Amino acid sequence: MACVSPDGKPTESGSKMLRALQAGLKSPEEIARDTGLPLFRVRSGLRELVQAGLAAQKEDSYKLSEEGAKLIK
Amino acid sequence: MEEIKEQAGHMPRIGEPAPAFEAVTTHGMLKLEDFKGSWLILFSHPADFTPVCTTEFIAFSEIHPELQKRGVELLGLSVDSVSSHIAWVRNVEEKTGVKIPFPIIADLSKEVSLAYGMIHPGQSKTETVRCVFIIDPNQKIRTILYYPLTTGRNMDEILRIIDALQTTDKHGVATPANWRPGDKVVVPPPNTQEMAEERLKQGYECTDWYLCKKKL
Repeated sequence: MACVSPDGKPTESGSKMLRALQAGLKSPEEIARDTGLPLFRVRSGLRELVQAGLAAQKEDSYKLSEEGAKLIK
Repeated sequence: MEEIKEQAGHMPRIGEPAPAFEAVTTHGMLKLEDFKGSWLILFSHPADFTPVCTTEFIAFSEIHPELQKRGVELLGLSVDSVSSHIAWVRNVEEKTGVKIPFPIIADLSKEVSLAYGMIHPGQSKTETVRCVFIIDPNQKIRTILYYPLTTGRNMDEILRIIDALQTTDKHGVATPANWRPGDKVVVPPPNTQEMAEERLKQGYECTDWYLCKKKL
């Protein structure tokens, strides 16, 4: 996965997205703007982060999970 | 004949929705829908670690900043593994200093290649020819180019097509042969007799009622 390494830890781009979510619920567009990552990378990265249990989706927005919050402390 | 059809796959057409896919790439798993809202240039090359393909990847990388300014993303594809792609991209950077900034689909199953008609058995049953699909923000196919294995593509033309399509979408005009940004554009031709009679009085530069140009 591009945003989560095989050991379950986020890559640099994954960490950027998780840090962007620290401020609260955000859309992929807002995360792309905050991180400077292309929107397509953010969309695919969020899928991975949700699959890895590090983020959660709420309708069209995303938030940090407890697990994700622990990792970026 | 049936065997050739099976080897060649589906041939998409301009104006159709781009075939959906989910694929392994050098930037992780990507879906076509991840690119919704952006223009996308999906292009194929025959194989990694080959000479013409390497010159094309360098050339695509060189126009990447101009494409980004225009809201266009690049996505490459070949029937090679992701490890091969990674090794090749690293080799290109090491040998030429050029960093490849866009993702490349590793289409080992040929699923995407066949959906997009990229395998032309008369050229090769296993490698894609040099295709370019220009896909708009609504994920409709707007332009298709097919080049043979032996002929590298022209980046000026690809950029020119992007400028032409975006101008058409923004202004509701067409673009004449050899058009460049700043040149006069073609006014859509009248489609009734009444409009044809009025056309020559509308102040455009007209050769005749059906061929009129204007400056934007």
